Amino acid sequence: MTPEQQQANADARRNWLLSAPALIFLTLTATLPFLGVLVYSFLTPGQYGNVVWKFSTDGWVGLVLTRDVFDDTLVWADAHLTIIWRTIRLAGLTTIITFVIGFPTAWFIATRPPKTRPFWLFLITIPFWTNLLIRTFAINEVIRSEGLINSVLLRFGIIDAPISMIYTDGAVLLGMGYAYLPLMVLPLFAAMDRFDMRLLEAGYDLYASRLTLLRRIVIPVVRPGIIAGCILVFIPALGAYVTPRVLGGGKNMMLGNLIELQFGQGRNWPLGAAISITLSVITLVAMLFILRASTREVER
Amino acid sequence: MKQFSVTAMPGFALIAVVAFVLLYVPIFTLVTNSFNGADTMASWGGFSWRWYAAAWANDEVQSATIRSLVIACWATGIAVLLATPVALATTRNKNFRGRSFIYLFTNQTLVVPEIVPAVALLIFFAMIKIYTQYQGLGYLIAAHVMWCVPLAYLPIRARLEGMDLSLETAAADLYATRWQTLRHITLPLLMPGIMAGAMLCFITSLDTVVITEFVKSGGQDTLATYMLGQFRRGITPEINAISTVLLALTVLLLLAFFVLTRKRS
Repeated sequence: MTPEQQQANADARRNWLLSAPALIFLTLTATLPFLGVLVYSFLTPGQYGNVVWKFSTDGWVGLVLTRDVFDDTLVWADAHLTIIWRTIRLAGLTTIITFVIGFPTAWFIATRPPKTRPFWLFLITIPFWTNLLIRTFAINEVIRSEGLINSVLLRFGIIDAPISMIYTDGAVLLGMGYAYLPLMVLPLFAAMDRFDMRLLEAGYDLYASRLTLLRRIVIPVVRPGIIAGCILVFIPALGAYVTPRVLGGGKNMMLGNLIELQFGQGRNWPLGAAISITLSVITLVAMLFILRASTREVER
Repeated sequence: MKQFSVTAMPGFALIAVVAFVLLYVPIFTLVTNSFNGADTMASWGGFSWRWYAAAWANDEVQSATIRSLVIACWATGIAVLLATPVALATTRNKNFRGRSFIYLFTNQTLVVPEIVPAVALLIFFAMIKIYTQYQGLGYLIAAHVMWCVPLAYLPIRARLEGMDLSLETAAADLYATRWQTLRHITLPLLMPGIMAGAMLCFITSLDTVVITEFVKSGGQDTLATYMLGQFRRGITPEINAISTVLLALTVLLLLAFFVLTRKRS
């Protein structure tokens, strides 16, 4: 073995040793527990929660099928399918809404003069760092029946009785869009901040319209920021728990609340574990889909 | 005359201004309502500090706040201690076998919604609790560390990537040992990255509701889970007051961070 190879081996060994504590810690607290969820989804629910160590596929069957109360036949578990569909739909809509509002906002910040740019950036950073719970409570303050919107409308005599806005899918969507907007704006801004504005002048000199400039120059160049923003919004939106609990009430559940229900009052840990795995798979597929879509666009 | 600009896109400024207004209207509403002196939140009863006094005197709020801070301090410290060596290992030497594996493994929790590790740890810790009978805060601290490691790792790594290697080489030329170079050159230069990572961990640990809600045993409420628990059919004025205090602290912390980093650069 040459001295260079020995040196390289020693370096590699040292790097692994440096990383070992974190790797071991994460194996114990993240990787193994996740495999534990997979195992638990194939066990039998215990009477008072937890599980009995007996193999069963009921958790997975219960995810899509349920026993009819009257004749004990297997039917589609409509409640679960509705919640899965609502989760995917609301997370997708949240991503679209935050992008449609966030893209112009990030562009606005990126095109401010260097002196005032930090101020606008600071304004978007405050909500980003504010506790998600507080931001959700803030939306609740605006749309509850004695909230800001209703009191203003009542005061000016536009309505006679408060409009009921809270505890609807729309309320959850509003709350998630509000909560995740900074997550979309910040990576978009980071990409636009590095964008060379002279490219626009070049395009303009070649008689491109503003829409063309946006479509053919800006969007392709800031694409990594768009992908990052979409992933940063879509993943937590799929797993949202606080927002649907506070703004959706008990009826408009998302997958996160359904999981919690199975580990709490439902006392069906295997079903809860199966839903958790399902949520992870949906997340993974969505990520691969976003990444695939983005690379295919580039190839074209 | 309006100045011509190629970078101005039609309607973008309007959407942006509306977005900023929409971001702040709810926050201002919450802050205003926290000073509402009325008994219920249905009407305005004049300016008052009464809900702040009520929150301050509340034993549960006090113990939850202390618990939140204790957990956040431990989680931040341990996460930074775990993440810094990984950052050093994955930036200093680019081509050793397993580098991308270490990178992906360290960031594994970034790509799952918080509820999944929350459920996983609920199951895992329930098992450990039966065997060890230990019920303390250790579980919550371990859970928060797990969630914080990549958040500490990424800023520290970013700082290392942008760092000039010539100073380290110079130290080595002057017969500094590896340890001396690390202590006197690398770590001081790395401090801004470590501070950014630590701040990210600290705030994330204070914010984390879902993992805490699943992992905590009885009587282990943090401020976040306490507030969520108090919210039943609607928000109470006392929660508004606590939220406003937390909001003020966030703004102060951010301002301090902005000022410090600007002075440095």
